[in-house]
Amino acid sequence: MSDAMQEIRASFFVECEELLESLQDGLQAMQDGATDTETVNIVFRAVHSIKGGAGAFGLDQLVMFAHSFETVMDELRAGRITADDNLLALFFQCGDLLLDLVRAARDDTELSEDQLAPVLKQLGEAVDLEPEDEEVDPAEFTPMALSLDLPGLDDMADLAEVGPPATPRYHIRFSPQHDLYTSGNEPLFLLRALRDFGQAQITCVVGDVPLIDKYDQAQNLLTWNIELESDVGEDMIREVFDFVDGLCKLSIEPMPQTGTDVLAPTLPDLDPPSAEDALPPLDTAPVDPAEPDPPAPEAETTEPAPPSKPASATTESGKSGGNSTAPKPTVRVDLERIDRLVNLVGELVINQSMLSQSVALSGLSGNSQIAAGLDEFQQLTRDIQDSVMMIRAQPVKSLFQRMARIVRESASDVGKTVRLRTEGESTEIDKTVIERLADPLTHMIRNAVDHGLESTEKRLEAGKPAEGRVNLTASHRSGRVVIEVSDDGGGINRPKVKSIAEEKGLIPPDQTMSDSDIDNLLFMPGFSTASEISNLSGRGVGMDVVKNAISSLGGRITIVSDPGKGTTFSISLPLTLAVLDGMVVRVGTETLVVPLSAISETLSLRAGDSRTLGPNTQVVPVRDSFVPLIDLGTELGYIAPRESYEGAIVLLISQENGDRAAMVVDAIEDQRQVVIKGLQDSYGHVPGVAAATILGDGQIALILDPIDLLTNASGRSRTETAPSAEPETAEVHP
Amino acid sequence: MTSSDAPKDPTTENGELELLSFRVGESEYSVDIMSVREIRGWTRATSLPHAPHYVRGVINLRGAVLPVIDLALRLGLDVTEPTERNVIIVIDVDGRSIGLRVDAVSDILSFASTDLQPPPDMAADRSHAFVSALTILDGRMIRILDLAAVVPDTHDVAA
Repeated sequence: MSDAMQEIRASFFVECEELLESLQDGLQAMQDGATDTETVNIVFRAVHSIKGGAGAFGLDQLVMFAHSFETVMDELRAGRITADDNLLALFFQCGDLLLDLVRAARDDTELSEDQLAPVLKQLGEAVDLEPEDEEVDPAEFTPMALSLDLPGLDDMADLAEVGPPATPRYHIRFSPQHDLYTSGNEPLFLLRALRDFGQAQITCVVGDVPLIDKYDQAQNLLTWNIELESDVGEDMIREVFDFVDGLCKLSIEPMPQTGTDVLAPTLPDLDPPSAEDALPPLDTAPVDPAEPDPPAPEAETTEPAPPSKPASATTESGKSGGNSTAPKPTVRVDLERIDRLVNLVGELVINQSMLSQSVALSGLSGNSQIAAGLDEFQQLTRDIQDSVMMIRAQPVKSLFQRMARIVRESASDVGKTVRLRTEGESTEIDKTVIERLADPLTHMIRNAVDHGLESTEKRLEAGKPAEGRVNLTASHRSGRVVIEVSDDGGGINRPKVKSIAEEKGLIPPDQTMSDSDIDNLLFMPGFSTASEISNLSGRGVGMDVVKNAISSLGGRITIVSDPGKGTTFSISLPLTLAVLDGMVVRVGTETLVVPLSAISETLSLRAGDSRTLGPNTQVVPVRDSFVPLIDLGTELGYIAPRESYEGAIVLLISQENGDRAAMVVDAIEDQRQVVIKGLQDSYGHVPGVAAATILGDGQIALILDPIDLLTNASGRSRTETAPSAEPETAEVHP
Repeated sequence: MTSSDAPKDPTTENGELELLSFRVGESEYSVDIMSVREIRGWTRATSLPHAPHYVRGVINLRGAVLPVIDLALRLGLDVTEPTERNVIIVIDVDGRSIGLRVDAVSDILSFASTDLQPPPDMAADRSHAFVSALTILDGRMIRILDLAAVVPDTHDVAA
């Protein structure tokens, strides 16, 4: 295959992903009760476009499946079947399968027939109205095609009445080329789409068609003339032909308002609602009746079952509605280029801060021109940086759609009925974060379905609806993205969790633990609560893996569980992996950066503020509560513990779960945006350190992960102190 | 001075080995010159909390974060505080860049690989664990470092 073809092929698969996304959207909307034709149309169009593209690349399996799917969708569109729960479930399954097929096609493989057969069978059953599909087709189809060609002359009289002169009229000449047929497109659908816009008179010019013995199917003999009377703009009409762009000759011209009278007598035309009425006078066709039906065999080759769609579909008017929400124009850019831009901007930020520092060191006064220019430069740098970061940001929607599938699959695996509700799909987050979030989130969703929700019987016993609920939400909260997975299941069975942890030797027996401590046992390596090992979880991959994945993204995960009511896992993530607003502090001889998002306030301690609680635990009063004191220098091993905390500067760190701690530093030096340089790749994970950055003087400063630091700090004080001290430390935790 | 300045001897193709030799305390060590990325002067390293004692910290290598290992500490030799005259040899091990702090770089040596001999099995001395081969040049013993053993595994450090 040539490079150009490869490229087109690649862009087809990208488009497929987008189409599948809108397909999922449409199905979701239908499940949520949308019954309007536009929603159905969206789904139909998505499937149809995939089929069309797949045909162009000879992806037979994909074409075949998309076609069957489309057929059922079309039945639905025509209102002959209704979208009940079973059908929707089937559609979702089809959507998933379609995705698999697209992926398989992209990798030049095919799915096994076994995977497709049951779904195809169900699809067949869904349109069981005419079981002998294949045979019925041509018969059904031909009259349809004829009806387009051969309206009774009496329609023309109608036309003059129906066509109010105020409506704009277009003359469309559409002559498909051979490739249009071979790529799985179907003129009939295009014509129907046009008809949906308004009054259409469609004429097929068949004068060029030779007798059957000279007929060459590779030639393009058919041309349609369409006179359309519609309010929709020319753009929308052109949009109908988007998918066959380059595969046909197309001209669209506005017609003078009086055109009706002039043209009507010369062109045989069709008034859609009268199509069926017009069937009988077949032989009175004004055009050459010898070969009225070539479109049927042509179309049939790629389109074996667009059957049984009489003109009743004219009631659909949704087309224009869908087009009104036209997507914003976008550009596809190679990710590498963006990354390069991100890196360059990172260097720019460092450079800018170096420049600021050297200007400051040179002793220029603050109101000099240089300083003013530098301020502007700083502002600009920041704006550029924000804009560049926004390029990388993507809505979490694609991720959520994948999760919808996980829910469906895992629910059917464990035999529960589960409904997924998503919220905040448009929340944007760095692309890398989205990619790396997929696995942990999948695991959490499976957990929620498998362990979180009770079995249907238990739910009914507890007086809950049989259908379990899993909520997946995303939102921006104080400079971070929070993603929550919650279920309305039984909540964490704390006694059981504790006994399992004891059994597995993860914790010493008979230890007093707070509820949240017990909940956090779930994150310990080698923990799994499933007493029955199901297909889904209990494969030794536990929540500890999830936690690691999240923290490698600079995120944190917390659990809130309410017995009998459900469990909520919250993941809090940084917006970007590239920059961070930080407070530059000095501890001993080292300069450190503390993420601003973690600091809720700073204070300076007065004499007597710090009280000793245990041998290794000091607390300070902050308004009405006592907060544990952590000496950062000691914690990191830089300096020995100080004698007195009088006058010490303290950063008050707030965790997502409301826990707080006071972190002692020597001085606060600056507050600025820093570029994150990962330590993971070059060195590995350092406890309590999230990453590193380069300061204005070229030195490296570590960026702290205060929450990790606090968690480890409390853990250490537990292991280092005598067991008797434990209840006290436990009490310190709110 | 970077590795690209090193004379490229075409004869090295035939089983010959080029080594960069340097001094750590009183001993002379060497590494395969192909693993050396660059040599640079000592700059203050930002120390890492909870790091093994031989990790001096990280330095800024043109915008990248480079961990620096004090070779004397790693080999269990007598340690002096770093001075301006010390150098950092930036080496590449399995795609990772690591800096080695040594006292001074001495020479570039060329050997036939047949001249190398395995170190005697003396388990008691810890520094032997890091030596992959020995050779003799003008009566001096040259130790060839096993870089993979010297450089801590990212996972080890995490613990």
